[in-house]
Amino acid sequence: MLEIRNLHARVEDKEILKGVDLVVKAGEVHAIMGPNGSGKSTLAQVLAGRDTYEVTEGDILINGESVLELAPEERAAKGLFLAFQYPVEIPGVRNNYFLKTALNALRKARGEKELDAMEFLKLVKEKMKALKIDESMMNRSVNEGFSGGEKKRNEIFQMAILDPALCVMDETDSGLDIDALRIVANGVNALRSPQRAMVVITHYQRLLNYIVPDVVHVFVDGRIIKTGGKELALELEKEGYAEVSG
Amino acid sequence: MPGVAAYESAFAELEPSLRASGPAWLHDLRREGLDQFKTLGFPSLKEEEWRFTRTRPIAEVDFRPAEDGRTVDDDAIRARTFDDAGCRRLVLVNGRFSPSLSQNAAASDGLWAGSLAEALRDRGERVRTLLASGARADRQRFASLNTAFLHDGVYIEVADGVSLEAPLHVVHVTTAADAPTMTHPRLVVVAGKNSDAVVIESYFGLGSNNYFTNAVVQIAVGENAGLRHYKIQRESSEAFHVAFQHAALAKSARFSTLSVTMGGALVRNDIHTILDGEGIDARVDGLYLADGRRHVDNHTFIRHAQPHCHSFELYKGILDDKARGVFNGRIYVDPVAQKTDAKQENNCMLLSDEARVNSNPQLEIFADDVKCTHGAAIGKTDDTAIFYLRSRGIPFPEARDLMVYAFASEVLERIELEPLKVGLEADLFEWLMQSRGARA
Repeated sequence: MLEIRNLHARVEDKEILKGVDLVVKAGEVHAIMGPNGSGKSTLAQVLAGRDTYEVTEGDILINGESVLELAPEERAAKGLFLAFQYPVEIPGVRNNYFLKTALNALRKARGEKELDAMEFLKLVKEKMKALKIDESMMNRSVNEGFSGGEKKRNEIFQMAILDPALCVMDETDSGLDIDALRIVANGVNALRSPQRAMVVITHYQRLLNYIVPDVVHVFVDGRIIKTGGKELALELEKEGYAEVSG
Repeated sequence: MPGVAAYESAFAELEPSLRASGPAWLHDLRREGLDQFKTLGFPSLKEEEWRFTRTRPIAEVDFRPAEDGRTVDDDAIRARTFDDAGCRRLVLVNGRFSPSLSQNAAASDGLWAGSLAEALRDRGERVRTLLASGARADRQRFASLNTAFLHDGVYIEVADGVSLEAPLHVVHVTTAADAPTMTHPRLVVVAGKNSDAVVIESYFGLGSNNYFTNAVVQIAVGENAGLRHYKIQRESSEAFHVAFQHAALAKSARFSTLSVTMGGALVRNDIHTILDGEGIDARVDGLYLADGRRHVDNHTFIRHAQPHCHSFELYKGILDDKARGVFNGRIYVDPVAQKTDAKQENNCMLLSDEARVNSNPQLEIFADDVKCTHGAAIGKTDDTAIFYLRSRGIPFPEARDLMVYAFASEVLERIELEPLKVGLEADLFEWLMQSRGARA
């Protein structure tokens, strides 16, 4: 599903990604763990096509096809979804309108029929219930005035609506209390399927108690330095990054 | 260059019919207006108030007074305004009142709404006082020019204690012509004590030729009255639009004025709001869109002349291509106007590297116990937000439009008349599509 080959990226003169290699197959959940400032979030943003970063070497493939030259919306149409670490507030754009526009843009790009207002509403109501999201949220501006927990839930809600094949979640657990964490994790687990691949980027092991990964990667200083099973996460929690990387 | 002389000769030509069309005092007023315009002449860039707006393009054209009696299709009006089915419609064609196109004009039930020329006959003394006071306002040369050619317009008077159900929609139409034409329409609105009303103005042209609209709007809001005023300017892209609006508010009045500029090659609005009583609540809002080489200048003036008043002002501009915007927001607080609470915000979004705006807040405060704030921001669309939208699959042009729309919506959200709001939202999207098409 996702293949990253020797990926190097920089901002201005500062190299942040220093040769990332990663293969994620359909049906798998991979966790990327690493200390602050190691470049995890940069990796997420580069995957989604943020142009503030310059890719200097390597490649990103989705289903065997390079997406390096594709715009963010084209990558989304290929099935990529990034749940942001800091979801953006957009005053004046209602959630409802935003999500319908996004869904229909994706459907159009994939050659599917666009949903009308009724079909969309039905879909929204169903997914909202699962994530315990209040209906009034749909009429509010995108993320405006949302609490940290509401923003993260909204990301997973969008993910549920847009139904991507490849989900990348960047620090989705940060700022969540234990109840919110459980709701978000349940939402993510409900989306696990043999057809879908997931990459969970996190600083803490805590989230992985709820979203149990198949593979864990340790990410330090712009590259993956160690890969293992879910027990690696526990080891990290106990020993710390320095120990594992050393 | 035709300049002032062209207006003198146009006046001389029209004078016999102007003199015959109304009372003698009105003609004296006209002469006074013409004299004042002659004395002041066209503004130069050296004048503080006109620093960024060249009026030479206006002075260079020999505008002829627009002919009256042109017929206009009702459908043509419908196509260029919002769905005003629930409104009383008052139509001016080339500055002259058209009874046949107007709907539900009234002279009963506490409302007088119709032709200004008729009001001069019907309510002469009252109208005379109003016109005389308005004509001499603040050395406004274009208002003086309007007075020189004053012959018709719309007059609205809401009696004390009357709350109007239906909004009043004043439509200013300029018809197509072979040569450049000018109109000098006048709207007078008098809202009696404890009354409540909504007045909407629409300006547009039916041809693609150059014309000049030089409007004056005079508003008087009585004690404890509520008046909401909207101005929707959609002149054709070659037109010049100059307007002077003067609102005098009495004690405890609630007044809001919201101006939307979508059309015109050269636009100048002077919007004066005078809070002349205690406990007044005033809103002065605006939204302007300009592309190509269009120039839009909004000068607002809010005077707090009495204590315990509140004014809030929000102006937003969206400029594309090589368009130029000017915003000058002056707030003047008299020494007696203690406990004034005034807030001004002015934001502009530039969609191209060549678009420019000059923004100038001007606070003159002579009382010591007041709260006055102002803020101005000029920016481009937020890259992070656009990336967020695109990462969800929304293509760049739509994502950008959505951000522009979101920016403008803060002003449009203030419109309490649903069909008008919906109509303007559609207009905004259409404008964005067109400007996107022009860029592609």
